[in-house]
Amino acid sequence: MEFNTITESLEKINSNKISIVELNDIFINRIKKNKNLNAFIYFDEENISQQIKKIQSSKKNFKLKGIPLAIKDLFCTKNMPTTAGSKILQNFQPSYESHVSQKLLDQGSIFLGKANCDEFAMGSATNTSYYGNTINPISPRGSQLVPGGSSGGSAAAVAANLCLGATGTDTGGSIRQPASFCGVVGIKPTYGLCSRWGIIAFASSLDQAGVFANNIADTAILLREIAGHDNKDSTSANREIPNYFENLNQDMSGKVVGVPKEYILPDIPEDISKIWEQAIKSLERGGVKVKNISLPHTKYALPAYYIIAPAEASSNLARYDGVRYGFRSEEGTSLDEMYELTRSEGFGKEVKRRVLIGTYVLSAGYYEAYYMKAQKVRRLISNDFNEAFNECDFILTPTAPSPAFPIGEKEDDPIKMYLNDIFTVPASLAGIPGISIPFGKSQNGLPLGIQLLSKHFDEQLVLNAGLYLEKNNV
Amino acid sequence: MSSLIQGKFSKWETVIGLEIHAQIKSNSKLFSSSSTKFGSSPNSQVSLFDAAMPGMLPVINEFCIKQAVKTGLGLKAKINRYSVFDRKNYFYADLPQGYQISQYKHPIIGEGAVTIDFKDGSSKDIRIVRLHLEQDAGKSLHDQNPSKTYVDLNRSGVALMEIVSEPDLNSSHEASLYITKIRSILMYLDTCDGNMQEGSLRTDVNISVRKPGEELGTRCEIKNLNSIKFIKQAIEYEAMRQIKIIEEGGIIEQNTLLFNPQLGKTKPMRSKEEAHDYRYFPDPDLLPLKLEDDFIEIIKKDIPELPDERKKRYINEYKLSNYDSSVLTIEKSISDYFDKVLGCHQDLKKSAKLVVNWITSELFAILKKNEVEIHNSPITPYNLGQLVKLIISNKISGKIAKDVFEDMYKNSLSPEEIVNSRGLAQVTNVKEIELIIDQILKLNYDKVNDYKAGKTKLLGFFVGQAMQISKGKANPKILNDILIKKLS
Repeated sequence: MEFNTITESLEKINSNKISIVELNDIFINRIKKNKNLNAFIYFDEENISQQIKKIQSSKKNFKLKGIPLAIKDLFCTKNMPTTAGSKILQNFQPSYESHVSQKLLDQGSIFLGKANCDEFAMGSATNTSYYGNTINPISPRGSQLVPGGSSGGSAAAVAANLCLGATGTDTGGSIRQPASFCGVVGIKPTYGLCSRWGIIAFASSLDQAGVFANNIADTAILLREIAGHDNKDSTSANREIPNYFENLNQDMSGKVVGVPKEYILPDIPEDISKIWEQAIKSLERGGVKVKNISLPHTKYALPAYYIIAPAEASSNLARYDGVRYGFRSEEGTSLDEMYELTRSEGFGKEVKRRVLIGTYVLSAGYYEAYYMKAQKVRRLISNDFNEAFNECDFILTPTAPSPAFPIGEKEDDPIKMYLNDIFTVPASLAGIPGISIPFGKSQNGLPLGIQLLSKHFDEQLVLNAGLYLEKNNV
Repeated sequence: MSSLIQGKFSKWETVIGLEIHAQIKSNSKLFSSSSTKFGSSPNSQVSLFDAAMPGMLPVINEFCIKQAVKTGLGLKAKINRYSVFDRKNYFYADLPQGYQISQYKHPIIGEGAVTIDFKDGSSKDIRIVRLHLEQDAGKSLHDQNPSKTYVDLNRSGVALMEIVSEPDLNSSHEASLYITKIRSILMYLDTCDGNMQEGSLRTDVNISVRKPGEELGTRCEIKNLNSIKFIKQAIEYEAMRQIKIIEEGGIIEQNTLLFNPQLGKTKPMRSKEEAHDYRYFPDPDLLPLKLEDDFIEIIKKDIPELPDERKKRYINEYKLSNYDSSVLTIEKSISDYFDKVLGCHQDLKKSAKLVVNWITSELFAILKKNEVEIHNSPITPYNLGQLVKLIISNKISGKIAKDVFEDMYKNSLSPEEIVNSRGLAQVTNVKEIELIIDQILKLNYDKVNDYKAGKTKLLGFFVGQAMQISKGKANPKILNDILIKKLS
């Protein structure tokens, strides 16, 4: 298929082999043909053509001129509604543009629409969205598989070539796991690399913007454009952003890869163990030294995450009260009743579950036993990584414990659903960068992902290692 | 102790701790760049952050941090190099985020103390537990529409300093002295405008009663009092309420109360079922606040002379009493006025007490009568200084000075202008006075004889007569001396 990478498309746009309109028409038509995937919550051709006109009339030297992108519906956008996949923000039109999406607009990219996601990014299957499930485009004929989540719409759109790249957010694996399920590249950068300003908050100490693309080169290009300091976000890091794309280097010889023994789980499917093994072998052939490492507190990561994230979420979501914007139930006869009904009707089941968990763990008498303890665990997990990086340069693990599963599965068992994040959550708690790249296939021919982790702000290393594995796939 | 309250059966001690919420004087809010101006039209000073729009984040206003540190230094308190902003979670229509950003476990300012002064010259130190920063809420307007509540978010996110005292206060009087003192320090520091009517200084009162020497009683908290008068009334009512309950065999239930100024009574604010669990936790949108020594040192250099130091200066340099000095210094504007008067002339420093008397009696009375603030006084400090100078250099008598003073107020003239144009200067010329005396002695020949026969009380009569003729301008001492000489 032509026009499925940013590098190729940019080259053709810049050499006038194709116009911005022509390029985007290809993607608009693909979106229209693939409406059944439900990858977008918002898609409007008129809106796209307005954007294209603006870029065409500008003389600016854009770095992403005319590149069609999908924006996760968690990013507030000035010219498109923003819902976070929730009824409570149905038809909500921000008057402002998130810092990250503004940076992409400033480089001349075209937003094709707002990508579907789990409600307030809470989910692992894009099945909690008020606007319906997204279907994984790699689903074999006659089946409907989940795209993973929460950034499932973004991952599916990239995988089905409905756009050349997409933004996502990752709190506990919401970029890496859907990337793995859909067979695309997805990176969650270091916490603080990208501004959170204008991104609808789920768990503020974990939320981080990232991108999806079809290959490492495109990922590197997009990542550079969204990264950078923002004084509107007090947690954003003030540091020089390298040119990841130009610095790409697949020569990994002499590097040390760590393989954590705690990630070897008894009930992990055999095909996943197999591709993990193959990735290690592949790196070895490239001159990489393999080191068995230990991240001793790994087993506490998931429980700690499912305390910290809901705790922050319970507070972050308090603002959706029907008073100033968004959905308001008309039934209430008092302020308290209005709150109750608005939030009962406006939030879905999974959001309510997490708000309740979060409220509980922060309650007087439980705070020390849950929230404080979880914060201590978080520190230990962070220390595990710091120590591990004294022994190795980067860490290699599977991205998810399974390939994409059928829609409807695990829906009545939240714990099973939460286990999807088992390999991705530790890096989120530590705030280190993680990337998932497609590597190998399952027994049934479904894509699988391998996860690469590195030290804070060493995105370049996981991109380089990812490039090596991309070129030396099985 | 005079502050004990007599109950039906025994004497009771009131134990009071105060939480003062002082609005920081700054142009913009604690975490946003919106204006903090008072009295603007509703919702005209609301940023995206203040309205808690999705995805908006707080950014600390450095000026507010400086103001808090400055206040901490003024309260002689510990400046914490490490402090943390927490979220206090609760739902209310005028709290857009659904939480207030406050400081819970790690406040920016730790222990300090302020001194309160009593009329009898004694004083007492009141310990301060902490000062922390927090956001103010918006306002719910319930009286605009019969069936609706409107919300004004102009105040939402304005920076407050909550100053918490130890329960070191034992009467409504002490509480009022303490608040007055805190307000005074904040105004000297220029960290709060001290305007209680506009809500810049609001107080929560924690109060319990006990028999002297016994364990602390159960306390109640009276919320959100915005005048010293109401604070005193609320404390007095609440102390008696608690004493009555205990003396009748009841127990005090820990409760949050509101004071109704119309009824002069306190009543519970909410029932027990509605008690809040605020679920404090560190705000993940903000990093812990770390203060460098340099940052604090620079602020230290900016601390002006504070009321206690000024008081000491007045006592040492001008030999004023502790009480006079504290009356002068409690209001910065009065103290500034006094300093300016004394700055007019070297000679006035020796007559500082006379200047104090003129300010605290004549000036206060006339300003109060006309409802004018001292910094807008038509009588400038310079002119008052000149007036006092005329008195101490015997140019005019004290009595004439009062007359001149009235004129100065009405016509904003200098005392010299009035004295000259109205010919009020004191007559000190001996010959001139002798002429007057000769005149009245001649007219009252019979009384002169009476005097010489032993009725020396008549001296006053002769003085009065002479003064009348001189229109009060004769120098009393010279007049007296000549009279006695001539009558002997």
